[in-house]
Amino acid sequence: MTRVKIVRMILIVVAAFVIFGPLSSLVIWSVAEKWFWPNVLPQEVGLFYWGKVFQGRMVQALEVGVLIAVVVTALSLVMTVPLGYVLARFNVPFKALILLIFMLPQAFPQLPVFANATVYLYRANMGGKVSGVILIHMVGALVYAVWTMTAVFKSIPVSLEEAAINLGASRLRTFWDVSLRLALPGIVASALLIFLYSLDEFTGTLLVGSPFVLTLPVFMYNASQGYELPVASITALLLMVPGVVLLLVLERYLKAEYLSSFGRI
Amino acid sequence: MEVRVENLRKSYGKVEALRSVSLSFEDRGLTAILGPSGCGKTTLLRCIAGFLEPDSGAIYFGSDNVTGVSPQSRGTAMVFQNYALWPHMSIYDNVAYGLRLQRVGKDEVNRRVLEALQLVEMMIAPDILERKPTALSGGQQQRVALARALVVRPKVLLLDEPLSNLDAKVRQRLRVEVRRLQRQVGITTIYVTHDQEEALSMADRVVVMDQGVVRQVGTPEEIYRSPTTAFVAEFLGVTNVLAGRVAADRMTVTVAGATVARRVEETGPDDAVTVVFKADAASVVGAGVSLPEGTDSVLFEGELVEVFFVGSVYRHYVSVGDEMILVDDAARAQGPRVRVAVPAGDLQIYAGAPSAEHRK
Repeated sequence: MTRVKIVRMILIVVAAFVIFGPLSSLVIWSVAEKWFWPNVLPQEVGLFYWGKVFQGRMVQALEVGVLIAVVVTALSLVMTVPLGYVLARFNVPFKALILLIFMLPQAFPQLPVFANATVYLYRANMGGKVSGVILIHMVGALVYAVWTMTAVFKSIPVSLEEAAINLGASRLRTFWDVSLRLALPGIVASALLIFLYSLDEFTGTLLVGSPFVLTLPVFMYNASQGYELPVASITALLLMVPGVVLLLVLERYLKAEYLSSFGRI
Repeated sequence: MEVRVENLRKSYGKVEALRSVSLSFEDRGLTAILGPSGCGKTTLLRCIAGFLEPDSGAIYFGSDNVTGVSPQSRGTAMVFQNYALWPHMSIYDNVAYGLRLQRVGKDEVNRRVLEALQLVEMMIAPDILERKPTALSGGQQQRVALARALVVRPKVLLLDEPLSNLDAKVRQRLRVEVRRLQRQVGITTIYVTHDQEEALSMADRVVVMDQGVVRQVGTPEEIYRSPTTAFVAEFLGVTNVLAGRVAADRMTVTVAGATVARRVEETGPDDAVTVVFKADAASVVGAGVSLPEGTDSVLFEGELVEVFFVGSVYRHYVSVGDEMILVDDAARAQGPRVRVAVPAGDLQIYAGAPSAEHRK
């Protein structure tokens, strides 16, 4: 082995440890059936808690969480793709103000904002319901979505649209054939961010939804409060799955051609 | 088809980009609009394409008034400075786009796309049609953009600084290509550029613009040889712009210590004038050498400050009074005291003091 190879090997091992080291304790906790101080490793291991988790409300929590995340992502995109395009392309009056309003809920600590929103949502008969949770997720999701969409559309040169208009394409056709296609990588990336944000969202879901609407983070919180660390660990591991899968899918999808053209235009 | 604009005005806020521009672009001709950045040339082109609506005035294609017509239905085809090819479409799809919008049949689309790509000499490789534009060089991309514009058989071809993003060598070659293409297809063409060499070498007619106003219109030869304003003279080549003054008897002009026998129109005694001559019209004469008899030259006495070899000539910087004169001469002169000789016929004198930006 050459020296370069050895160095590279060491770096890979260090990187793997940094990435997987912290996760390993989750894995160990997830299979620990009996683990008392001062033992370094659990005294009894087994899949008891995994079985328990998959029988119980956790699967339901996962389903509810995914459903909410899908709806939040879809709604955010439907609202912000056209809005982002308009903000990027046209001289909208009070453009800065519009962008600022979307930013506003993030400018204050989440807890008071969400606690206040909870009161109103209960008044509107949406507290403790999926619809209420979706709404509270939208508050955060729209911030990501509006700002990234505006940036994505701004990065597309106007001349690419003008070239289509010049050849006879209507505004709508131009948007469909040129702007939307070129914005796709950005739209997919921001959809992913929104989806993961919604899936991981905790504060708002707890305040608005619980105890009727349970998503994974809230479920995990409840589990670890009762010192069921194995259940909390399994939940944490499961929460990682959608993120990892989506990132892999996204990378495959982007690699094809979009990544190459994205930076160049 | 002839294109005409009448009294076109366009302002952006307080900036007047076009101040009552009236022009006609001859049928099947290539007209270059030449001017520095911010002179209004691109605004004019975009008004003709329909991307901008003029504040007032009218645009005619032939006898049709197209002023209020949408850009989609004007039948112009534009070639952009940054090529503006769609990076997510193949080269074939890029060129075919305009035809598909017109719902042309599949076979005809195929035939015309290949024809257009052949016309711009882009059928260089068997797989070219399937490639993405980003796989091509800048020059090749601009050829594809030309094919995309020509394939729809536009009434007017609009070129917005199409070569200015390219290397000097590619630019030289594409100039010839664009000219050949334009002659071959015979479409009325408007070519916007800030490069005077490009305008002079390619165009049938040149329009010089400055600050939203047309300064001069003419053939390249007319523009180059008989500029009617100091701005045009200065913009077309390495030029000396000197401040002069009309003598009391109004028969002569004094400039940089020399006297020129000339009556300048629209001037009175002691009025400021602008004296312009090209660097290659002047020559440097050694201090002791006398000029041949009978040459009607104006002589400036000065000091040789610097000489640069610029390839074809030596560029001499001669300081005369508080002016600096540039002289392009095939022979290298020796200093420090020199005289600059300019044939009187090559001196243009215009009423009014030179504006600050023309002073070197």
